Amino acid sequence: MSEPVLEIRDLRKSFNALKATDGVSLDLKPGQIHALIGPNGAGKSTLIHQIAGTLRADSGTIRFLGRDIGGLDMAARAQLGLARSFQISSLAQEFSALRNVMLAVQAKKGSSFRFFRQVAGDKSLIEPAMAMLERVGLAARAHVPAAELSHGERRQLEIAIALALSPKAFLFDEPMAGMGPEGSKQLTRFLDGLRHEAPMLLVEHDMDAVFALADRVSVLVYGRIVATGTVDEIRSDPEVRRAYLGEAA
Amino acid sequence: MNRESAVNLLLALLLIGVPLIAAGMGEPFYVTLATRVVVLALAAAGLNLALGLGGLLSFGHVAFFGLGGYVAGILATHAFNAEPLFAGIPGTTFMPLIWLVAVAVAGLVALPIGAISLRTTGVYFIMITLAFAQMIYYFAISWPAYGGEDGLSIYVRNAFPGVNTAKPLPYFLVCLAVLMATLLLFRLVEGSRFGSALQAARQNGTRLAAVGIPPFKIRLAAFTLSAMITGLAGALYADLNRFVGPSMLSWQMSGELIVLIILGGKGRLFGPVAGAMIFVCLEYVLGGITERWQFFLGLILLVIVLFARGGLLGLLSGKARHV
Repeated sequence: MSEPVLEIRDLRKSFNALKATDGVSLDLKPGQIHALIGPNGAGKSTLIHQIAGTLRADSGTIRFLGRDIGGLDMAARAQLGLARSFQISSLAQEFSALRNVMLAVQAKKGSSFRFFRQVAGDKSLIEPAMAMLERVGLAARAHVPAAELSHGERRQLEIAIALALSPKAFLFDEPMAGMGPEGSKQLTRFLDGLRHEAPMLLVEHDMDAVFALADRVSVLVYGRIVATGTVDEIRSDPEVRRAYLGEAA
Repeated sequence: MNRESAVNLLLALLLIGVPLIAAGMGEPFYVTLATRVVVLALAAAGLNLALGLGGLLSFGHVAFFGLGGYVAGILATHAFNAEPLFAGIPGTTFMPLIWLVAVAVAGLVALPIGAISLRTTGVYFIMITLAFAQMIYYFAISWPAYGGEDGLSIYVRNAFPGVNTAKPLPYFLVCLAVLMATLLLFRLVEGSRFGSALQAARQNGTRLAAVGIPPFKIRLAAFTLSAMITGLAGALYADLNRFVGPSMLSWQMSGELIVLIILGGKGRLFGPVAGAMIFVCLEYVLGGITERWQFFLGLILLVIVLFARGGLLGLLSGKARHV
């Protein structure tokens, strides 16, 4: 078995009496899409925030590419190659879609402490950024400010930004949220092709997407992982059916 | 040329034309008034980098303005009295050197102030920058060697090679050249990678961090650069008035710099210029009619904040463009 890219051990985070993350351990292996499912309030986003560095864990370790990243801030983790999307789109609203992606290209290429060369004519930023927009099918909307994009387009833009970082792992927090059935299907196909670029930890409520994509599924309930396995194992696990899938499964 | 560039050009022509005509008509007072516009615009242009591009509402930029002023005053005084500053280093009346020292001092002081203040946001950031400025204000008041509360006079305006700075028009042109060079720098920085990151930090710091650019470092660099420009303006202001005193460090002055930017148009290249023009005109015209002219300034500010968020430039040239 190959070494996990992302290795989480006994992670804990409490908000007062609420144990949002209660001893979570999880491995993300190369070439895999690892889905994280669970009912609302199970602590999925809190977990993503701790991995990305928005929140600091109370205890436990997060190792990324063999390195303990628990002490690093979000920017440093992103520089190591951890690209995330947000549950609620988080973009530079006044910038065009293109400039949002150019920012990621600029971050990837190195220093942002360049004060004179103008980005507006900088092909080394524009061309890779445009290529990413084309990949997610947003090229025609490249010059539209992020604030004026539709909800679905913003979700696509988040993905394009993550791609532009050419990361070592993706953290996607409900990328399908709020998308129509057609949009979800398209995005599912798209994400399917990404697993060979970098493994993906995917939080998603859309069960069709999860069952179509995931190599492994972990079920989070009240901050604990109650089951981990392949899609088939999870589907047939009686405890999971009771706790989460309910009648629907 | 888009509409905003046309308005900018018009403002620049006005700024150059009025003093030239006034000088031609033998009215040096108006040249001095225009110099005041230029120097205040320069100070506000510095703040505009932090506030307009970076969204950092520093209420303490007057600290750097005052420091720049004191650098000019102290160096000139030592040169005038032929006393060394310390360790045998003499003072100077050579403007370019004074500017260099003013910029360096402002930057060196801004770095730690920014490093502490930028750990906070919102109202705390405003208050902590104000607190630092007040500390420097009281320090200046209680330091008798350089005039304390009475301030420090510069007996002869400092010198610039090849220019008779004692006359209003040549000094105006020196200040104008500095302002134009600074605005060019502002435009370059705005469109650079650093400028992109800075504007992204204003719009959404989390997004910036998520692509791997630390917002804190970007903001700190902007805060420092911004302070350096405002410090330079302070040195010019001291030479304009041939006086520097604690009033150059007062928090009211900080407020005025912010007011200038809001009047003119936050984050816009010529916003500080437009703002300084309005401010100095009101101060002169209304100030001649009533001592309570700031009441009317308040009214105008109210109207702008309520109905024209882009300031005068927003009103004249429409919505800001973004690539």
